[in-house]
Amino acid sequence: MTFYQSIAEGVFFAFIILVILGSLITIRAKMLMQTVLGLAVALLGVAGIYFYLGSMFLTLMQILIYVGAICIVLVFGIMVGYTPTEVAEKTIKDWRNKFLAVSSAVTAFFLVLACIFKTDWIPAVAEDRNFSAAHLGKEFLYTYCLAFELISVILLIAIIGAIILARGGTGKTAFDHSVNTGVTAVQDEKGEASI
Amino acid sequence: MISNHLNTYLILAVFLLIAGIYGLIQHRSFIGMLVSTELILNGAGVNFMAFNRFLAPDPAVGQIITLFIMGIAAAEAAIIVSFILAVFRKYQSIDPDEVKELHG
Repeated sequence: MTFYQSIAEGVFFAFIILVILGSLITIRAKMLMQTVLGLAVALLGVAGIYFYLGSMFLTLMQILIYVGAICIVLVFGIMVGYTPTEVAEKTIKDWRNKFLAVSSAVTAFFLVLACIFKTDWIPAVAEDRNFSAAHLGKEFLYTYCLAFELISVILLIAIIGAIILARGGTGKTAFDHSVNTGVTAVQDEKGEASI
Repeated sequence: MISNHLNTYLILAVFLLIAGIYGLIQHRSFIGMLVSTELILNGAGVNFMAFNRFLAPDPAVGQIITLFIMGIAAAEAAIIVSFILAVFRKYQSIDPDEVKELHG
């Protein structure tokens, strides 16, 4: 193993440790904010793993979408819903819950591990495969066009649904809410705030 | 060269999966559950990328599936955060134990 290869292995180990550390923080932290920060660390580690799996494009997408967008959305959710005294979770006293969590996690671990080691993986035949983003884009627009369109439509529907849910949560349907004139809508908002 | 074996990545994905399952059951808040779901989805993504790198004949397929998972995760996070907003308006708290109108 050459010098550069050992450096690459070391960086790979660092990414694995980042993933493990991040997920441990995520599941063990007492404060919700720490949970989200642990998730960000784990997702950065996964981005590094994607880099070692040969896809620069997915590394960038992972950082952009997960660390950049989803973590911000989660922080926004914490900011809206939780007062600072509530942010510390009232977890962990519940022993039955904890026992359930540990037992199901351990069962899943051993089942999947047995599957991994019992399966005879057949490696790919061709060695010079094209991992470039240009090839990925061509496949996306020609062969897998449906998946591409589906992602866009799902995101559009999700955004519209999120807006409707976030606006119309006062017990009326979203349709009633949109029919309201501006004046009554303002009054509704005020009434909500005073509760 | 541990970074050149399929099993390394698969075991890492299993770790993400079980961390997600553990967190999903153990967390007592909607945000904590959502974060654990993201861990599970990332485990699936690592799995697909590993198969894509070592087993697939065409390396674009696994990347496309992983991108699809990312899109689903983003949509899911947006929807659930707006759920949390709606629940907060109705119940004035975001404790999963208090949201039990459909509880038997």
